[in-house]
Amino acid sequence: MGPNEMLIDRLNIWQKIGLYIATFLFLLFILMPFIEMLRVSLRPMSHLMTAEFSWWSKDFSLQAYRDMWVTVPLLGRYIFNSVFIALAVTLATMIVVVPGAYAYARLEFPFKALSLGGFLAVNMFTGAVLLIPLYRVLRTLGLLNTYWAMIIPGIAFLIPTGIWLLRSYLEKIPRELEEAAYVDGASRLYTLRRVVIPLATPGLIVVATSVFIGAYAQQFLFAITFNNKREYQPLPAGLFEFVGYQDTTWNEMMAAALTGVLPVLLFFLFLQKYLVAGLTAGAVKE
Amino acid sequence: MQETARTAPIMARSGLSEAAFAWLLISPALLFIGVIVAWPLVETIRLSFTNATLGGEEYVGLANYADLLASPKFYDTVARTFYWMFLSVSLKLVMGLIGATLLNAAIPGKALFRILVMPPWVIPVAIGVIGWKWMYNGYFGLISGLLQEFGLVQDRVALLASKTSAFYSAVVTDVWVGTPMVTLFLLAAMQGVSRDLYEAAWVDGAGRWYRFRRITIPQIMPVIVSMALLSAIWTFHSFEIIWILTEGGPRGATTTLIIDTYKVAISSQRFGEGAARAVVIVALLAVFSLAYLYFLNRVNRHYGAK
Repeated sequence: MGPNEMLIDRLNIWQKIGLYIATFLFLLFILMPFIEMLRVSLRPMSHLMTAEFSWWSKDFSLQAYRDMWVTVPLLGRYIFNSVFIALAVTLATMIVVVPGAYAYARLEFPFKALSLGGFLAVNMFTGAVLLIPLYRVLRTLGLLNTYWAMIIPGIAFLIPTGIWLLRSYLEKIPRELEEAAYVDGASRLYTLRRVVIPLATPGLIVVATSVFIGAYAQQFLFAITFNNKREYQPLPAGLFEFVGYQDTTWNEMMAAALTGVLPVLLFFLFLQKYLVAGLTAGAVKE
Repeated sequence: MQETARTAPIMARSGLSEAAFAWLLISPALLFIGVIVAWPLVETIRLSFTNATLGGEEYVGLANYADLLASPKFYDTVARTFYWMFLSVSLKLVMGLIGATLLNAAIPGKALFRILVMPPWVIPVAIGVIGWKWMYNGYFGLISGLLQEFGLVQDRVALLASKTSAFYSAVVTDVWVGTPMVTLFLLAAMQGVSRDLYEAAWVDGAGRWYRFRRITIPQIMPVIVSMALLSAIWTFHSFEIIWILTEGGPRGATTTLIIDTYKVAISSQRFGEGAARAVVIVALLAVFSLAYLYFLNRVNRHYGAK
């Protein structure tokens, strides 16, 4: 903290007020849907549909948070499925990504640049473009309407970014320790397992967190296309059960959505410094 | 760490060469990509030359492509997709740049603001979109209610019911989903800019705006440019947002290529015709990305990044 650092950042009172107002408006845009979902979840359905629009009302209650479990009995299962699928995808992706990233960070081999380019080109596709043959592949393998139908495609599309992120992290770790172990007679695999992975733990957390976000955020398409078993459905698909033949119980749907994502949001709250670190690793060229 | 390695029993060295070991390490990744991406891609191309449905398939040559090229509706869809992509990506970059600048400012509370920007990014996309769908609702939605309150409209407006407003509503939601990630990437890039540069400029009497324009922007330009490409690809493919809000309606106003493909291939199970559309998407994106990477290279050279 040099004296310059203090002076260069000094803001006068109007600049501060301006910054706070702008930040408030920006965050309002970002958080508005959640505020509105919370407001809806706290009001009885009859009042939502008939009453004139108003910000505040006296009829706030937690009734929807009780009723939602009755309207959609499998709700707890859906919340669990979402987290379970995302965790399974993350674990499997990491098992594939760690050796791959190590190879690209440390070893020389023919077609290295070309194959890395090939992996990155996968980012140009999403499951949506390849749905038809994917459906057939999964049917051939007998995996339709199982958890695997949502896990396996998820893994494939997260591998390239995972390798890319972890590779740039591994490249920053000094080689000397590995070389020492190798010179001492440890095998390559042993060096990877006992020297590289422990050193790379913060990087692994960063990459796993990014993979988890990808896996958790994008389950809807695979779920509605490859799975029709209700008990395997993740939350984003399961929520549509609140859309009934007659009418939609919006308040319970919002209550269920907020309840469902709350545990994960809290989890991310603890991991947020890794999230930002992961972005730095990916965004800033070494 | 060294200690562990030294005291460990000497493991038999595998006789693998470095290259063979490397290929062994990347083989699981290759296998996954091969089965889930590469093979389906080849299969999509093959199917695009057939009239495959649930019933069976027959080789039809270029008929599916000829149908597409002869359909004015398809040109509309392509144009709409590019318009959707350019509009949405530009807005995401503008919002992300504003957001990153605000979150980078030295004001108390910035740590909290950084956390508050994350939710749309870390929750399932579909859930945020459900929130927007409610807000766009004409009978009791927030936006319609606010517009009435401020006297901007007389009656309630169902934003997703008319063509133009449905399209721009979908853009706003897409921007909302994408903004946090762009913001955080640009924020990370801004924090990577050396303070010495700012201090040198500051000592020379450069003001904030000058420093932003002449130091921050050029320094983070490579990240802005790569972020733009990634966002463009994702926005081009973006499915859930439009599907949940409008399913491509009203009267096709929000039908992008990916929605069209899904409707033809999955909803009506005309696999051959759907595959031809998927191939067009891949080809358009490949051309777009190559052109863009060429541009990126030039930008990087211009700004002296490695």
